[in-house]
Amino acid sequence: MNDKNKRRQAVSVKAEGRRARGMGSYLARDFKRNKLKYLMVIPILILLFLFCYRPMYGILIAFKRYRPVLGVWDSPWVGFQYFEQFFRDPYCWRLFRNTLSISGLSLLFEFPAPILLALLLNEVRSRKYKKVVQTVSYMPHFISTVVVCGMITTFCASDGLFNNIIETFGGTRSNLLLNKDLFYPIYVISDIWKGIGWDSIIYLAALSGIDQEQYEAARIDGANRLQQIFHITLPGILPTVSMLLILRIGSLLSVGYEKIILLYQPTTYEVADVISSYVYRRGLMGGEFSYGTAVGLFNSIVSIILLLTANKVSKKMGQSGLF
Amino acid sequence: MKAIARKKKKRSVQDWILDSFIYVVLTVILLVCLYPIWYVIVCSFSNSSDVIQHTGLYLWPDSFNLEAYGKVFENTMVQRGFRNTLLILACSLPLNLILTLFCGYFMACKNMVFKKPIVFIMLFTMYFGGGMIPGYINMMELNLLDSMWSLVLPSAISIYNSIICKTAIEAIPESLSESAYIDGANDFQILVKIITPLIKPTLAVLLLYYLVGQWNSWFAASIYLKTESKLPLQNVLRYILMENSTTNLGEEYNEYAATIKYAIIVVSSLPIMCVYPFLQKYFTKGVMIGAVKG
Repeated sequence: MNDKNKRRQAVSVKAEGRRARGMGSYLARDFKRNKLKYLMVIPILILLFLFCYRPMYGILIAFKRYRPVLGVWDSPWVGFQYFEQFFRDPYCWRLFRNTLSISGLSLLFEFPAPILLALLLNEVRSRKYKKVVQTVSYMPHFISTVVVCGMITTFCASDGLFNNIIETFGGTRSNLLLNKDLFYPIYVISDIWKGIGWDSIIYLAALSGIDQEQYEAARIDGANRLQQIFHITLPGILPTVSMLLILRIGSLLSVGYEKIILLYQPTTYEVADVISSYVYRRGLMGGEFSYGTAVGLFNSIVSIILLLTANKVSKKMGQSGLF
Repeated sequence: MKAIARKKKKRSVQDWILDSFIYVVLTVILLVCLYPIWYVIVCSFSNSSDVIQHTGLYLWPDSFNLEAYGKVFENTMVQRGFRNTLLILACSLPLNLILTLFCGYFMACKNMVFKKPIVFIMLFTMYFGGGMIPGYINMMELNLLDSMWSLVLPSAISIYNSIICKTAIEAIPESLSESAYIDGANDFQILVKIITPLIKPTLAVLLLYYLVGQWNSWFAASIYLKTESKLPLQNVLRYILMENSTTNLGEEYNEYAATIKYAIIVVSSLPIMCVYPFLQKYFTKGVMIGAVKG
């Protein structure tokens, strides 16, 4: 009650101020009252301007022939030349195929893994055991990409762990990372290993939000545990699953370059080279700045379209969307 | 009566099967998650020759040997990497903490004319960015190439983490800061003396996120830094682990080639492995909030 009055008073004071002394003094009052808050936000805005918005302006070079001496603004315009060059690039098809293969496989195997883990953890009765499994499965998340890739390289080497195991089962030793057919399995399995625990947190949180009375009611009605899982637990986490699925589909074309760059070899470029690693190798390392930016920009525009489409489809199907 | 008893028994048998299935699967997951890490640790304590000659699963060191660790700590490249990373952290973590608090406090405030557009400017950067090459050109134009600040400043503020901070601040009853306001405290005093002590657990988790992010990042350093002596730990690791080589370290290391890599992995990952279990119970909250917003 008191609060409401105060707010009403504040609003009326504001309105009065606006009428009496005009917009200018209204703003002046706002600045005066919130001086310190605006002061706090200034360094943040400066940082965002310097390191987020300036690079966005730099995207212009996708439409220009960028020359470092001239800078972004003075380089000559060339229109869509670099985009056309990309579509005529002999590697274009290969890049799309690899990017979609890797993210498709991730969607198929990496996406459901943490959901399954969360469902299993949810059914465990011993709190201690649950905690142990959680702690251990979070561990790989905190290991750096470089170290994970270092482990993969060492394990896959011809005298590494995996070859020891292969030999025990009667296989022959070889460097697994140089094998084109094994790149996807290695990539996806190591991703699952790194992410399964951490990614399950969000589903566990969604699971803990399910009303326990539903389970009680189901038990009284004679539902067994499997039935409870299928009719209460799964529908309970469906909104979370669909939301994360939209995000996944939105990022179908953005396979991270870090792991690819660390793991691929010239012999596996055929299957491992994705759009972002190509931007890195050709654009940045090869010095073709404009071309690389054009490829990257095309990639992110398609990604945004994919995200918006997935969001719309999900809303049509009666699920909650992102926005 | 009998029917009920039978039903109960049947159900408990079914339960028992389900339970044992769950425990078996979880134990397998547990072992699969753990074994690679365990293998690395075991190898790091072994003789090189044992690691090379051993076939099959390696569960316990054949002979206990600490020399690989000695070699790692002696190595100047690794030492320099550690020093650089610690220096970067010493600059970036306080900055992260202060700016995140500021940003979270600003986002949580009400009754401000320019709040909406400013928050929009912040959120927009979460969805769209310049990309790799414009980012590089930007660094070039700002004259930050080959400087430690090219690693510190761009990651100084994470809007995502600020949203987590904002949610924690919003959970504090407003009357607390209001009464302080009436008593004549200004925004800085309220933030430092009232809000910060109340959201310590959240801040600890955010600090962990920033720490892990900075500790594990290597890509920015690999493109922005040119001088080898400035490279942080992860980039040194990359030289040693990926570009195969212990030969990069010097000849006297050949003898330990097989174990030294494992020792380096343990040494570089251990600091974070020791921190995260203490903050584990707070993870859920942050992830939830992040998902709703992002």
